[in-house]
Amino acid sequence: MTDVLTEAQQLAYANAQAADGRVNVEVETEDGMTLNIGPQHPATHGTLRVVARLDGEQVVSADVICGYMHRGYEKLCEVRSYPQVTTLINRIDWLGSFANEVPFILAAEQLMEIEVPDRAKWIRTILFEMSRLANISLFIGDLSLQVGAQTPAFLAFRDREYVLNQIEAVTGGRFHPNFDRIGGLKDDLPKGWIADTKAAMVRIREFCDLMDELVLGNEIFQMRMRGVGIIPPEVALSYGLSGANLRGSGVDWDLRRDANIGLAYDQVDWKVWTHPDGDSYARSWVRVQEIREATKIIDQLLDTMPSGPVMAKVPRIIKVPEGEAYVATENPLGEMGYYLVSKGDTGPFRVKIRSASFNNISIVPWLLKGVYVPDIIAILGSLYFILGDIDR
Amino acid sequence: MISSVLAIDWSNYWQQSIFRVLGAAIFVILGAGTFVIAFLFKMMSYMQSRLGPMEAGPHGTLQLLAEVGKWLQKEDLIPSRADRTLFKLAPYIVMASTFLVVVVMPFGPDAYFINVDTGIYLALALASLSVIGIIVAGWASASKYSLLGALRAAGQLIAYELPMVLAVVGVVIQAGTLNLQGIVAAQHQGEIFGWGGIGNPFILTQLVGFVVFLIATQAELAQPPFDMPVAESELVTGYMTEYSGMRFLLFFIAEFASAAVFAALAATLFLGGWAIPGVDLDDNVMNVVGPLVLFVKMMLVGALIFWARFTFPRFREDQLQAFAWKALIPLALVNILATMVLKVAF
Amino acid sequence: MARPPRSFPLKGLFIGLKRTAIIFMQTMFPKRGIKTVLPAPTIGAHTVQYPYKSPPEVPVTRARGVIALKSENCTVCMLCARSCPDWCIYIEGHKTKAPPRRPGGKERTVSALDRFDIDYSLCMYCGICVEVCPFDALFWSPEFEYSETRLADLLHDEARLNEWFETVPEFEPYEAGSTAKVRKVPR
Repeated sequence: MTDVLTEAQQLAYANAQAADGRVNVEVETEDGMTLNIGPQHPATHGTLRVVARLDGEQVVSADVICGYMHRGYEKLCEVRSYPQVTTLINRIDWLGSFANEVPFILAAEQLMEIEVPDRAKWIRTILFEMSRLANISLFIGDLSLQVGAQTPAFLAFRDREYVLNQIEAVTGGRFHPNFDRIGGLKDDLPKGWIADTKAAMVRIREFCDLMDELVLGNEIFQMRMRGVGIIPPEVALSYGLSGANLRGSGVDWDLRRDANIGLAYDQVDWKVWTHPDGDSYARSWVRVQEIREATKIIDQLLDTMPSGPVMAKVPRIIKVPEGEAYVATENPLGEMGYYLVSKGDTGPFRVKIRSASFNNISIVPWLLKGVYVPDIIAILGSLYFILGDIDR
Repeated sequence: MISSVLAIDWSNYWQQSIFRVLGAAIFVILGAGTFVIAFLFKMMSYMQSRLGPMEAGPHGTLQLLAEVGKWLQKEDLIPSRADRTLFKLAPYIVMASTFLVVVVMPFGPDAYFINVDTGIYLALALASLSVIGIIVAGWASASKYSLLGALRAAGQLIAYELPMVLAVVGVVIQAGTLNLQGIVAAQHQGEIFGWGGIGNPFILTQLVGFVVFLIATQAELAQPPFDMPVAESELVTGYMTEYSGMRFLLFFIAEFASAAVFAALAATLFLGGWAIPGVDLDDNVMNVVGPLVLFVKMMLVGALIFWARFTFPRFREDQLQAFAWKALIPLALVNILATMVLKVAF
Repeated sequence: MARPPRSFPLKGLFIGLKRTAIIFMQTMFPKRGIKTVLPAPTIGAHTVQYPYKSPPEVPVTRARGVIALKSENCTVCMLCARSCPDWCIYIEGHKTKAPPRRPGGKERTVSALDRFDIDYSLCMYCGICVEVCPFDALFWSPEFEYSETRLADLLHDEARLNEWFETVPEFEPYEAGSTAKVRKVPR
């Protein structure tokens, strides 16, 4: 192992330095001053870097640089077996814990052509919606923190505990459930879980009312968020946004209803919320309504829970037959999809992860032109990304 | 104890001076400390369903001492491109302006530092000195975040001086004097529709002025919802970003000392100051009980200020300026007009 | 989908103030019958002063706290070490001869465990090892208070892993409608 780099390595190093320099150069021209927001910053949800050129307090142009948290997921998945991959992908979007596993398992089941039992479908959907609850309740608390109010953040953490306790009771882990298996689930529900979860849903509905009072109904919050960061629907679709960002611009798009993904949404009476405005307030409002809707979905599913096994008949060592499959689901952050290429091994050959946040922040340079510095934070907060999801 | 305090030889210059300096320091530090513990550590925590610091002292009451010790032992950093003299000077300017306002505050019939006829005018003038300290801190730090914070502070603090002064003008018209002792006397001896039971605290007739004064105070202290200069989620700590150790401690104490001093000022102007209804103004006992009464009233006003602080998100600075110029100043002017008319009519 | 207009502007601010005041009073004076008039913030707050007081709900039965080993059941098949995503289980064993089951029979070859360590500084608490063990030798235990000051102390050896076995709870019964059978922990 010598210290001398090869030609190719030297070239790559020089290119990296040049690319860095293009962004790092502090040219104080008439364009204004360059402000580096991040990667260490209280408001960027992690290690995201936004290089903004400011003219006084207005943004002239903004550049988003991600990759500070790249963990090499797609490469990691190539050298692991299927249960091990399930463990790893829990950690991509670490707040929406269970939701990460679902599209991958569904893709593998699609290749194996397995039909999971109904009870497994129901429980999968319930846990999927609970991860949505956990994720988005933290979103609304964090958003109010970024806009300046310190109290709703703590209340969000307090009320989120009820959901996390329920997830822990059935899976054993609050944040990383690691519960989905090819063919069904790892285990069944413990005794008393249904009643406890219904009580937790009551609390979450109270939490939604609390957020309505403290955050959404607050005139100062509305002044900060209304009319800020308006995304027209065509622009949203062209940049590949998904989730509540799209629905906040009035586009009626929800994969839970439109795509037949093998979860139990067609058995439940529920509604997709949209808002025509397209500003930051609309996106936040849509998300709070989604929490309420999720509690209703969970209640209905708990009432109609079928009995039966939770695991289909699968061999001990799972070998997925050759083929390719892409399954995308409506995760809390947006549309998350896994493109699974299998060559008949015990582990995947290639996993491509389409994460929602990576596409969601692609609109940031377009969106931040001409806004004030405080609005940058409000907009980034309302777009709601998680760094693990962007960088994988 | 009361007699020993009252038995101090007031004609002796040095005894008086030492007592006055100690008194001012104790009032400011104690006021700031009580505000920090009662409101920042405990009231905010209870509003957020948690307990706050509990380790240092019973229920965390000595946490402030622990914080002081912590800040004192931190490394003292000065950015390499900072203007060293100005950087070191800025916290002292802010502290000085806070201490100076205490000079005109009356604590009792004879317990005051100076009794000038332009008392409240002097107090407001001294209070605006802190703006210089904040701008100097932001500029001397040689950091873009501090600079943004300082520029925002410049606009905000100057804009909100006006509603504060105009709110006070209403009180002055009703009391008939700028002298702070005179204002306390006017509230103590006033009557509400002929009944002199509790005097006439100006909060009853000048409610609009009180609200405007509180909002302007909130903005002067750079607290949410007006904390654009210290927007924690954007500018990390605004003009204080590059400060560490003892200097940050000075800013911290100055922030809460200012809150205490402004609350005491509001208590003097609107709630009746150190006087309690029923006890004569000249009574010698009030020299000792007066500061305690003022303390209690200061805590009441402080509770209002901090209650609003922990509930509301922050304004953007253009909304902030619009609020000051288009909403508060016209409201204060209307208040003055109404006060003038009613003063002449009644 | 606009909100209905407020009855007067700034009403939202007052509602917010009222809500924080209510939470303050709930923390300061929790409902305790006649004793509600006494302030008791340590009871009213939602936080618990750990480690002086333990939380009211102890970790649930299925909580993934620590992995316990029952050495008698282990046959050194190495399935757990192979399936760990982190490769944090270190197993060494050797083959020995055991006496025949009935007199006059052949000697059996059994595997004996030399070393079974789990490195908890690497462990991801995924549970694949517990799941794949075909001989019921690994179990989950909800114990979580095993923090150390040195990283090397987080390598639990066979003796310590066997100690954790005392803390393994019985498997809970399932919810109504389930067809799964409740497994028994081999004591």
